[in-house]
This record gives sequence, C-alpha cells and structure tokens, in this order.
Amino acid sequence: MWQRFGPVVTVVAAIFALWYVMAVVMNANWAYDKARRADVELGFSELVVDTWSQKKPRLPAPHQVAVELWNTTAMKSITSKRSLVFHSWITLSSTLLGFAMGTVLGILLAVGIVHNKAMNLSVMPWVIASQTIPILAIAPMIIVVLNAVGISGLVPKAVISMYLSFFPVVVGMVKGLRAPDAMQMDQMRTWNASKWTTFWALRWPSSVPYLFPSLKIGVAAALVGAIVAELPTGAVRGLGARLLAGSYYGQTIQIWSALLMAAALAASLVMIIGQIENYTLRKMGMSQ
Amino acid sequence: MSDIVIEAKKLSLTFETNDGPVHALQDVDLTINKGDFVSFIGPSGCGKTTFLRVMADLEQPTGGSITVNGMSPEEARLKRAYGYVFQAAGLYPWRTIGGNIRLPLEIMGYSKENRVRRVKKVLELVHLDGFENKFPWQLSGGMQQRASIARALSFDADLMLMDEPFGALDEIVRDHLNEQLLELWAETNKTIAFVTHSIPEAVYLSTKIVVMSPRPGRVTDVIESTLPRERPLDIRESQEFLDIAHRVREGLRAGHGDD
Amino acid sequence: MNLYLIGALVFWLAAWALNVWLSNLKPTRLTKLLVPLIFGITLLVIWEWVVRGLEVKAVLLPPPSMIWERFISDLSQLGFIQMVFADGPISFGCGNSKLCADFVQTFIKGALSGYFIGCGAAFVTAVAIDRSPFLQKGLLPVGNFVAALPIIGMAPILVMWFGFGWQSKAAVVVIMVFFPMLVNTVQGMQAQTAMQRDLMRTYAASYPQKLLKLRLPAAAPFIYNGLKISTTLALIGAIVAEFFGSPTVGMGFRISTEVGRLSLDMVWAEIVVAAIAGSAFYGVVALLEKATTFWHPSQRG
Repeated sequence: MWQRFGPVVTVVAAIFALWYVMAVVMNANWAYDKARRADVELGFSELVVDTWSQKKPRLPAPHQVAVELWNTTAMKSITSKRSLVFHSWITLSSTLLGFAMGTVLGILLAVGIVHNKAMNLSVMPWVIASQTIPILAIAPMIIVVLNAVGISGLVPKAVISMYLSFFPVVVGMVKGLRAPDAMQMDQMRTWNASKWTTFWALRWPSSVPYLFPSLKIGVAAALVGAIVAELPTGAVRGLGARLLAGSYYGQTIQIWSALLMAAALAASLVMIIGQIENYTLRKMGMSQ
Repeated sequence: MSDIVIEAKKLSLTFETNDGPVHALQDVDLTINKGDFVSFIGPSGCGKTTFLRVMADLEQPTGGSITVNGMSPEEARLKRAYGYVFQAAGLYPWRTIGGNIRLPLEIMGYSKENRVRRVKKVLELVHLDGFENKFPWQLSGGMQQRASIARALSFDADLMLMDEPFGALDEIVRDHLNEQLLELWAETNKTIAFVTHSIPEAVYLSTKIVVMSPRPGRVTDVIESTLPRERPLDIRESQEFLDIAHRVREGLRAGHGDD
Repeated sequence: MNLYLIGALVFWLAAWALNVWLSNLKPTRLTKLLVPLIFGITLLVIWEWVVRGLEVKAVLLPPPSMIWERFISDLSQLGFIQMVFADGPISFGCGNSKLCADFVQTFIKGALSGYFIGCGAAFVTAVAIDRSPFLQKGLLPVGNFVAALPIIGMAPILVMWFGFGWQSKAAVVVIMVFFPMLVNTVQGMQAQTAMQRDLMRTYAASYPQKLLKLRLPAAAPFIYNGLKISTTLALIGAIVAEFFGSPTVGMGFRISTEVGRLSLDMVWAEIVVAAIAGSAFYGVVALLEKATTFWHPSQRG
C-alpha cells in the first residue's frame, strides 16, 4: 500500500502544508494593517490565527474553503441559488450535453475521414490546424450570437462544450479506426467481407482503446468550455458565474470553493470514464 | 594465473518472482582464458544470457563467486574492462553511426583526436568505412549490428561479451558476419564470450563450447574445439566439424532429458 | 431561391467534385496542399454567399469580406517601425492599430512570457526530480490529475494577486502550461529502453553523462509534445484571463467589449489574429521539432 500511495500522499500533504504557509505569507500584510489600526502588537501565533481566518483573505486557508464548501453544499437546499450543488448541476448539465454531442459528432467525422479519401485529405488538415487555434476565445461570441437569435440557457453553453470536446475524439478515433494493420485488413479481404462488416468486426473494436483516452480529454475540455461559456452571460448561474461573481466582489473563499468544486467535478467525470474504460476493455479481453 | 579472464566458482543466481523462485543459474563452474572464444549454447531459460549479464555486473549473483580479470565484476565494469554487444543493435537513433561509436569514447573521456582515429579504425574493422555520417535507421539490420560491434570494439577492453548478436538476422547475413567476427578476433586478439542458440554458429566460432540446460540453469558439458584457428566457411562440411556439432547436440539432448 | 444560395450550392458541388477527383490521383505534395486549400476556400465562399443570400444581419454573422475589410483597415493604421537612433533601441509602433496593440499585450507580453517561464520551470522541475523515483511516483499522478482540471478557473484569483496588467495573464499561462509540460518531460525521461540503460551501465557512465547523452535526447519527442500542447494553452489562458479584468487593451478584452457593442466584425478580426498567432506559434515549435528530432520514427514517416 505504502509503495503505491505513499509518494502521492506525501506530495499532496506537502501541497497542503505549502498552502497553509503561503496563506500566512500572503495574508500577513492585511493582518499587520489591521493590528496597526487597532494599535495592538501582533505575535506570531496571533498572526497565524488571523491569517487563517480572515473574511476576504488573498489566499484562504484550506479549512476555510472546506467550511465554505460544506456550508454551500450540505447545509443549503439544492434548489437554493446559494447552493453550490445547484450551480454545479447547471454547469454539469451543459457539460454532459455538449460532451455527448461532441462525442457523436467526433465519431461520425472520424468514420467519414477514415472511409472517404476526399474527406480525409480536405478535412483532416483543418481539424489539426483548428487544434492550434484558441477556440475558447470564440465562446463569448457564440453565446451572444445564439442569444440574439433567441437561443439561450443550456444549448449555447453545450455548443461550446461540444466544440471543445469533439476535436480530441476525432483525432483519437481516426487513429483508432486506422489501428488495424495491413495483415488484419488483408484477412478481411480474403473473406470478401463488406465495408460494413469490416467496420463492425475489426475497425470499431480496434478503436475502443483509442476512444477512451480521447473521451477523458474531451470531457475535461467540455467542462472547461461550459465554465468559460458562463462568463459572458452576465454571470447568473453555474460555476463560471460563481467564479466571476466572486472576483467582482472579492469573495476569495467563494472563488476557491467554486474552483475546488469544478476540480472535483472534472476528476469524477474523468474517473467515471476511466472505470467504464476498465470495464469495457476487460469485457473485450483487451486488458488483464 | 594472469591468463585467466573469467573465473566462476559455484556461481548461483535465483530470481524471486510471483510464481516462486526461479533458479537461473546453479553451481556454475567455469574458467575462460585469455584469447579464448567461448560460446554459451542451450535452450531458452538455461541462464546463458544471465551468466553473461553477471560477468557484466548487470545482474548480481546470489551465491558462489566470480572474478573478471581477477576483480569483482563491479570493479571490472568501473574500469571499463569489457565491451558488451546486445541482442539488438540498440544504436541511438539521434546519433550518426560515427556518433554512436564515439559515445563510449566521449563517456570514457578519450581526447578528441584519439576519438576520431579510433572511430575510423573500428569502422574499417567492421567494413563500414564511408557510413560514418549515416543515421542508424538508414542502414540494414546487419550493418546496424556491425556498427554496434564496432561501438564495443572502439575502446580498450580486452573482453567482448556478446549476447546473441546475430540472433535477429537472416542466415546469409549471419554467415557473413560470423566470418568477419573470426577475422576480427584474430586481428584484435580479444577474449570473447558469445551467447547463441545456433549449434553451427557455436561450433564454427568457438575454441570452447559451453552447453547449458534449463531449470535450474547449469553447465552440462564443456567442449574444447579441435578445429584450427583459421576457419574458412566450408570447414562446416568437414567431419571434424560434424563430430563436434554432434557432441553439442548430444549435450543439449541430455540436458533436456533431465527435465 | 436567390442567386447567392444557388451559387453557394453550385460552388460547393463543383469544389467537392474537384476534390474527389484530386484525391483519387496519385498523392503528391501538390494535391496534399491543394485539397485542404480548396476545402477551406469553399467554406469561406459558402459562408459569404449564404450570409448574403439569407441576408443575415452583420450583428449575427458578418460575411468574411466584411471581416477582411475590418482586418485590413485596422492594420492600415499600423505605425511604422520607428528607428530612434538618438535614443538607442529600435522601437516598433503599433500606431492606431487596435489589433496590433492587443496582439502585443496578449500574445507577446502575456502568453509568450508565461509560456517560457512555465515550460522552463516545468523542465527544470522534471530534471530536478529525475533522481528521486519517490517524488516522480508522487508528482506524476498529481500532475496528471491537475492537468485534467479546469485550471483556467484560477484566472480570477491570479488577476486578484497580480493586478489587471499582463503579469496576471502570464501567471495564468504559467500555471496552465506547467503541469502538461512536467508530466510529458518526466514521462520522456523514462522513455529509454532497458537495453539503452544497460549499455550506459556497461560504460560505467556517470549521472550527468547519462542525463545528457541518453535521457534528455530520448525524452526530446515527449518534451516537444508538451511544448506543442502548451502553445495552444498559453494563448487560451492569456485571452480568457482577460475576461476577469484587464487594462483597456488585449485580445480577450477586445472580444468581450466588442461583443457587447455587437460589432462582430471586430471580434472576428481578433479571432483571425488569434488563429494566425496560434497556428504560427504551433508551427514554429513543430518546425523546431522537425529540425532537432528528425531521427524519431514519427518525424521520418
């Protein structure tokens, strides 16, 4: 056990220790300021206590964030606008919708690229080139334009998530569908198998190990897309909105709790896909 | 006494695996003299490669003793007493052929002009002159393996440890390289320990053939070759050659029968 | 049906037929370049004519010609290169070009400086922990985990810490590129084969020799992979961070304000700049990779 988890536990513990130390360092100025105005001398232990419990610290201590997380999740009703679960759900729903659309689109495009020479030559370079373009920058525009034609709410955000998540899927699937080697393809030819049979019996199963890593990247990208898409809409609902509102009013603890929530969301999404990956690959006999 | 290059006494090596201990080597006694060409032959799992790796200090024995040039294998390695040729050429793809041969010379701190001279010399020895600035992936498998031999020859080590260096090459290339290796051996007067699983190769090359058997890995027969040092390829059709090959085959079969 | 729409349809069919014909020829360098080019031009033409044919309002989707005009008219206000010999250094003036000023603010100051600091720090960290398998085992999963997180969310915090200027954007970029670069470099340094390691051992090579002559060259393809991923991340980070606060200049600032004023041609012009900058940035790293890791199978193909 220690062999496997020891190093990770140590690194994580070191990060938390560093976090606490940095909280003291970064919030010290404000603590000294307050002390000077109140005309009291600040000892080291009082300094530490103060820096770890300020209301609007520059860097909140981990336990402050944990308390905020607890208060805004377990202690609030889910429908409340102050509940982080509510905001997470808003973000998660558009993430999932966009991710699903992006995955379907990506797979369809990859199938087209693999089976059609003209499509391969014309579309593939643009798919690769578009990876190098900061697509996220278009997000606010898509939101506003779709708003202007009367589409608002879930769909515009999902469109951005889709946009971000379909590229990794295309790239991964093209690689996966081309994974069968020449010998395997020749074998299919000797059996006079149709394109359809070759696809379902050979190409599709071969692509599965490539699909899942792409899905993991895709779902993480979809979440980022959903969060960024929430920024320009006036910041009402969703984790992105919490981040923006927090930065308007200097509510650092709120920013950090939204951030950690987003991190937890991303981690669970990736983990769920990882579990499905393990299960599927084992079922297909591709891993021990 | 100073003529002994390798001396193993009751050498044992046991790997601990999940399926219980594996006795790769058990109670191996062997002496290799200066100038010998010794082949190790046996089925896979008989510990021939492991034995070579123990000489090179790439594995640590779990019992018995072994000396290389009268020292422990580690001391010998730190003194750069041997050149090792692996199963695959293992050339660095980011270095030219010349650059690959220069690699050990750079690491061992040879002067610049010395490096240039040595690279030129060993390239001629393996008949690769003119290929110095080519990259490994531009050469055939046989040429790559010759370059890796040149790499092991480039520095001053009197001992060559070769682990099935021609195993992955086809028969024709292999014959050719075997002939060249004998020439090299005659020219440089090195001591060579050579692992193979080909009986004709072992008989053709060696002054001494060590037959090994698996589970546990041990030496079943040591055959001193009576063939002359000068060996044209057609010596392989002589009665003497066939007799030795027969004895090797018998030794292998005996080892197998125990299993 | 109006003429623009019919024209778009005809153009599309013709271009597609041409591409199908070209793809079935023997593949040469020319067809490989021509086919995607025709495809790209087709998209632009269809966009232009469909927007005109359906009379889509420019506040929704401006036609490419309008974006191009805006782009050119903005760049025509570029200041000339001013050589101030008396004062010393040669200075480059953006004049009244907003695109240029935004580019300098976001790309040169924010993205590039963050990219160099972030990738450099990750590389140094990877080399520093190279000798400690314990730290590697600990940092690799953590780094992989963090690389999958929506780090861009750190932007408001960093804007709070480092102010509205480019420094906070660079900080966002540093954090965004650090982990992907770290993970790639650490993995790359473990990428040698057992045989290559054994060879170094038979030479009794010292640690610095192993590092310089084996581990770093073998890691190069991985390092370049990290560098390439980071180019895109850097630009995204620098632009999105401006949504959380910026001076009145910068690509992200311009996009969000011009969207608010519904002048989408300017937004699109910014996107064109971002696309060119992003592709060029990636292209430079890819060229560098081709020049230095030409030996790797992926580059030889």
